[in-house]
Amino acid sequence: MQIVVILIAASLIVALIFLAAYLWAVKTGQYDDKFTPSIRILFDETKKEKND
Amino acid sequence: MKELTKEQVITKTLCYHCGEECSDDSFRINDKIFCCNGCKTVFELLDENNLCNYYSIEQSPGTTRKYHTKRNYDFLDDEELKQKLIEFSDGKKTNVTFYIPQMHCSSCIWILENLYKLDNGIISSRVNFLQKKLFISFAEKITSIKKIVELLDSLGYEPLLNFDSTNETKTESNYKNLYYKIGIAGFSFGNIMLLSFPEYLSINVAEHTELKKIFAYINILLSLPVFFYSSNDYFISAWKGLKKKIINIDVPLALGILVLFVRSLIDILFFEGAGYLDSLTGLVFFLLIGKVFQNKTYETLNFERNYKSYFPIAVTIKEGNKETTIPIDKLKVGKRIIIRNNEIIPADSILIKGTGNIDYSFVTGESIPIEVKNGEMIYAGGKQVGSAIEVEVVKEVSQSYLTQLWNRSIFSKKDESKITSFANAVSKHFTIVVITLAIIASVVALPNYKLAFDAFTAVLIVACPCALALSSPFALGNTLRIFGKNKFYLKNTFVVEKLASIDTIVFDKTGTITERENPEVEFLGNDLTQHEKKLIKSSVQNSTHPLSKAINNFIKDTDILKVDYYEEIIGKGIFAIIKDDEIKIGSEKFVTQKEDEQTESTKVFVSINNNVIGYFVIKNKYREGLKNIIEELRINYDIALLSGDKEIEKNNLKEIFGEDKKLFFNQSPHDKLNYIENLQKENRKVLMIGDGLNDAGALKQSDVGISISDNTNNFSPASDGILESNSFSLLNKFINFSKSTKKIIIISFVLSLIYNIIGLTFAFEGKLTPLIAAILMPVSSISVVVFTTFATNILAKKKGLI
Repeated sequence: MQIVVILIAASLIVALIFLAAYLWAVKTGQYDDKFTPSIRILFDETKKEKND
Repeated sequence: MKELTKEQVITKTLCYHCGEECSDDSFRINDKIFCCNGCKTVFELLDENNLCNYYSIEQSPGTTRKYHTKRNYDFLDDEELKQKLIEFSDGKKTNVTFYIPQMHCSSCIWILENLYKLDNGIISSRVNFLQKKLFISFAEKITSIKKIVELLDSLGYEPLLNFDSTNETKTESNYKNLYYKIGIAGFSFGNIMLLSFPEYLSINVAEHTELKKIFAYINILLSLPVFFYSSNDYFISAWKGLKKKIINIDVPLALGILVLFVRSLIDILFFEGAGYLDSLTGLVFFLLIGKVFQNKTYETLNFERNYKSYFPIAVTIKEGNKETTIPIDKLKVGKRIIIRNNEIIPADSILIKGTGNIDYSFVTGESIPIEVKNGEMIYAGGKQVGSAIEVEVVKEVSQSYLTQLWNRSIFSKKDESKITSFANAVSKHFTIVVITLAIIASVVALPNYKLAFDAFTAVLIVACPCALALSSPFALGNTLRIFGKNKFYLKNTFVVEKLASIDTIVFDKTGTITERENPEVEFLGNDLTQHEKKLIKSSVQNSTHPLSKAINNFIKDTDILKVDYYEEIIGKGIFAIIKDDEIKIGSEKFVTQKEDEQTESTKVFVSINNNVIGYFVIKNKYREGLKNIIEELRINYDIALLSGDKEIEKNNLKEIFGEDKKLFFNQSPHDKLNYIENLQKENRKVLMIGDGLNDAGALKQSDVGISISDNTNNFSPASDGILESNSFSLLNKFINFSKSTKKIIIISFVLSLIYNIIGLTFAFEGKLTPLIAAILMPVSSISVVVFTTFATNILAKKKGLI
């Protein structure tokens, strides 16, 4: 039955990774604007960033 | 065939830029026709820079430029103001955020994100469409805020500059916190459920006690962040309530969560039980989802505007012969300021130089300008129409006649004190009953301490009003959405409950029950000949006066003649010479040299070659269906009308409102507020419906204040809700629907009480196993959520609201 403990540990780690990904997504503002990106993706031109 | 020609006519007369109807095709480039020079200029600018993609994403995406007047943005060179706007700067790159109310389609997003093609200094620009915000980063060496704002303005996206937007970041972090909490609660809930499965399936674990222990301990670990982080809002709110001696709905919830946690810890640590951690995390998870549902807000709308949003940010002052701009909060009594065309007077002042022609539509609702002579008072909130004037400030901005309204105590009160929701009212009795029951249950089992503790906690666990707490947010949240679909936007869900309890409705007149645009125009006199029509239209089309615009719109299908001489005498009328004809259009005194008669309506006289040919009568048009609405509402509610105007139209209004109804005229903003206050002293629940700044006090004071707006992008004063004018005729339905929603909540309360009673019987018999708790809790919550959502939707369909 030892294997069950290992499996559970593994599954928890995987779940934790997803939780971390979700928290990161919220933190970086990916839920700030749930609408504009859906329109932006339809524009033909790719926007170029000018850096100088 | 007929169809086709009709269509051709329509496509022919629509402006390529903004889609407005064009009176003629005098503004055109190749096959593209524009309604005005402004629209044409925008097109040319975009065409030059290869940005015509703007027009291919959406048809006629622009906003009309017909009534646009160029604003002076010199104040944006002021260092202090600039610093207030700039969010970040490292010398190379500077970030600013603008709020752009005109943003309305995907073309807008496209053009605003391609600004760098129009201004070399702009590094990048990004749009948040729902919040109507534009984030720009630019190089300060190449361009400036002033230039960017001028560019935006010239494209028809004039940013709304506001310097006290400090509370916005707060709401943003609030939503983030809620999302974190849900994520963690959901994670723990799922995993604890998984680890509790052996328990649910009653797998014989006698041989695996070790494993069972490990699972239980992992469960404790997983529930810690839920207990200490995700659910902390409930504890904080319950504690705050108790300190004020109020038992709100969060008290029994917090109690339930606490008992679940403690009982589970004791079960697991001392008695090798399984605990109720799955129920605990599930409860918190569902409650938080309810919170998200309830927190639905209309990000694009602003319900908190005060006079500062209408007033200019900076004013031009004159010292000696020098003109400088200073921020409005530094404006002191005695300063001389220059007010240009279409600028708003920020403080009560006296006219020193020039001819004042003041449009007080913000203050009184009446949009026809009033003439002001030298030495006379001009009140804050008025708008100068015509040439620049010089005025001397006699009162500070915050002490002026109109702005004083915001010094009244009602504006400093926090909204929360007004909230006494149904759920909170019930929870008081509920909590007392539950605690009594818990004590009885434990006393009955008393000699056996373990059993007494079990019974006590079991009662508190099953009585945790989870379903109760979820029914309100879902019913009210759904109602809010249904209203939103009908262009009726409420600030939050509490307004729905308050709307259900009103018994008195107070209307404002101008702009609320009458239409703001398109007044009714009628010509009295001999029938106009085609030539006369031409003369009149050619003269009035040069004027920006609202009456001229109304007449211009009234006379259709004529061409325009060349005007040889044109003069607009402010406060009086227009004098024009076209070829051999002299045309005078204006007030009775100006045209006929006779004194003005006091009449029921606004008249504009016309004379051609000193021969008076008649006059135009211009009336405000009542909103469509007004009569029906009032008739419906009269049955159940007390109705009153408060108008800032003179008593004209009193007879018409009596006909609509009924002889016995209260109609008040010449009401100042303060009068309106006082009237509402007096009604409330008589224990009335008042719904105020208004539109302008002059109603701001009354809207705030009333139990529910709704501002009506032709276009939700426009300004509307602080209120509990914004109703788009097209949906005005649905008003009665909205109120009725909110009443039905309240009934639905009561039914779902009963439903959840039944679940509680079922649970209690288990608890009293000492049979509340973790499994039963884990089934009962989600089943009751989900069934209540499903019931409220379906019931509100079915009802809305029945009433024709979806």
